[in-house]
Amino acid sequence: MSAVIEARGLGKTFRTGRRTVHAVQDVSLAVSAGEALGIVGESGCGKTTTARMLLRLEEPTAGQVIFEGEDITHRRAAALLPFRARAQLVFQNPFDALNPRFTIRRTLAEPLRNFGIPEAEHAARIDAVMGRVRLTPASAWLDRFPHELSGGQLQRVVLARALIPGPRLIVADEPVSMLDVSVRAGILNLLRAARDELGLAAIYISHDLALIRYVCERTVVMYLGRIVEEGPTAELISSPRHPYTRALVAAVPVPRVDQDRAALPIRGSLSDTPQGGTGCAFRDRCPHAMPRCEAEAPALREAGPARRVACHLEEGAPS
Amino acid sequence: MRAARAAWRFLRSEPFAFVGAAIYALIVVTAIFADKLAPHDPREILRVGRRVARYLPISPEHWLGTTSSGRDVLSQLIWGTRSALQVGLTAAIVVVAIGTLMGLLAGYLGGWVDKLITRLADIVLSMPFLPFMLVLAALTTPGTTVVVACVALLLWPNTARVIRSQVLSLRERAWVEAARVTGCSNTRIMFVHILPQVLPLAALYGSVAIGWAILAEASASFLGFGDPDTISWGVMLQEAYANQALGRGAWNWFTPPGLAIVSMVLAGFMISRGSEKLLFPKLADK
Repeated sequence: MSAVIEARGLGKTFRTGRRTVHAVQDVSLAVSAGEALGIVGESGCGKTTTARMLLRLEEPTAGQVIFEGEDITHRRAAALLPFRARAQLVFQNPFDALNPRFTIRRTLAEPLRNFGIPEAEHAARIDAVMGRVRLTPASAWLDRFPHELSGGQLQRVVLARALIPGPRLIVADEPVSMLDVSVRAGILNLLRAARDELGLAAIYISHDLALIRYVCERTVVMYLGRIVEEGPTAELISSPRHPYTRALVAAVPVPRVDQDRAALPIRGSLSDTPQGGTGCAFRDRCPHAMPRCEAEAPALREAGPARRVACHLEEGAPS
Repeated sequence: MRAARAAWRFLRSEPFAFVGAAIYALIVVTAIFADKLAPHDPREILRVGRRVARYLPISPEHWLGTTSSGRDVLSQLIWGTRSALQVGLTAAIVVVAIGTLMGLLAGYLGGWVDKLITRLADIVLSMPFLPFMLVLAALTTPGTTVVVACVALLLWPNTARVIRSQVLSLRERAWVEAARVTGCSNTRIMFVHILPQVLPLAALYGSVAIGWAILAEASASFLGFGDPDTISWGVMLQEAYANQALGRGAWNWFTPPGLAIVSMVLAGFMISRGSEKLLFPKLADK
């Protein structure tokens, strides 16, 4: 199965004044049609920047983005239009994702107009997509403004807007983190149903491993702009290999009052991270740090079927 | 309809804005019905018996007396609202159009466009208003066009600055990014998505520009650079000055146009003052 979207050695460096920030470094990943990939990591690990580069909302400073076999890394804005129709984004905050002065109908018609779909088809396509996100009857919703809708309803509209041009790829950046717990499952199920029925490639960005486990078959873990581990989600969570992934898994809340759990196998915080220099970015927080971690950054290596890990501990370990 | 109700609620809660809007409303009504309201033809030379009715004091026939050439002051004042509004509105529209466009381009595109426009705005803001207008009037045919052009050329930076800062915050909103993802060009994002949201602010700055334009027209007319054929408050003042109305104590001639100008400029100021709370909510507590 060929990949819908592929990143090769993707990197983004921001320069602000005299400071240089390597937000993303050497990220390679691929997602096929019908597959869902999760990207997890804490705030500031570069997962959102990666997603924005995949959607060409940000121009990468290194590497390539290949969409359906075409290199779109440095394509100009005007030439990106066909790509835009086929790669869509679901936003984190539904209260901010819709133009407050546009009715729902106008919000949904906007992509159709921009992508040159004849006006005669608009009504039918809007009706169909409203059915898909379960906002029925459509006529009850289309003439309302965003402030008249609840968060869950707004997120359905956001999803409808993403689906209406007929995309091949959907990127969902924290799609439910701003929503009430009671409506989260509904949105996630809609996303999954859309992916299954339309055969979309999907990328979920989240800090929430429970969500990722619910919707993604495969997951990459990012730390300070790099992929530290990749693997099938179930396997990654049941037997994490990288010390950071272990800490991430151990930090997932357990719904039990009298918790009896070990301290996190990690110390310090993101701010203690060594800036620049060589070596592993995680070394100061890692319980297994060795002299070698100081000297040399570990590469992301194959570690068993469909798994990749970037850690010196893996070297020579039976995979 | 919703907008009208919101505007009414706002005016009710802000006495400053209410008074300002009321003055504007009064002047607009006067201008529309000037031909019905004015008791005399403002150009007609009135006579008492065979003599020209010059310097008549306030009386039931002439509520504000007459001028040195026997014309009715009240009628001139009423007709003056038309030219005041004409100058004010054209200047305001041009100021708002240029200022909004510049602010939108600078705020949204950023980079060298932003630098160029803000530098240009700084230069324009540092130019003295009256000398600029006098030079322009001396180089061209004096008249209303020069006044409007002057106000437009010198006043757009105020609007542009405010619109720019508003656009700077709007462009970071997620729905702007959503517009890009759904295939909008920069032009479409600017004019279809962002512009409608900054228009109320632009309109507010337009209302201030009205006052400024009227003041500018009055100054130009008073200094003799106006259009002598129009009836305007500035021309009235100029005539009163030229005929030594002050020395003759003909206060009923020069005070009304002066007060009219002051109240109109004040109205623009009061509207902007009253809207401060709406535009800069953080200032409200201080």
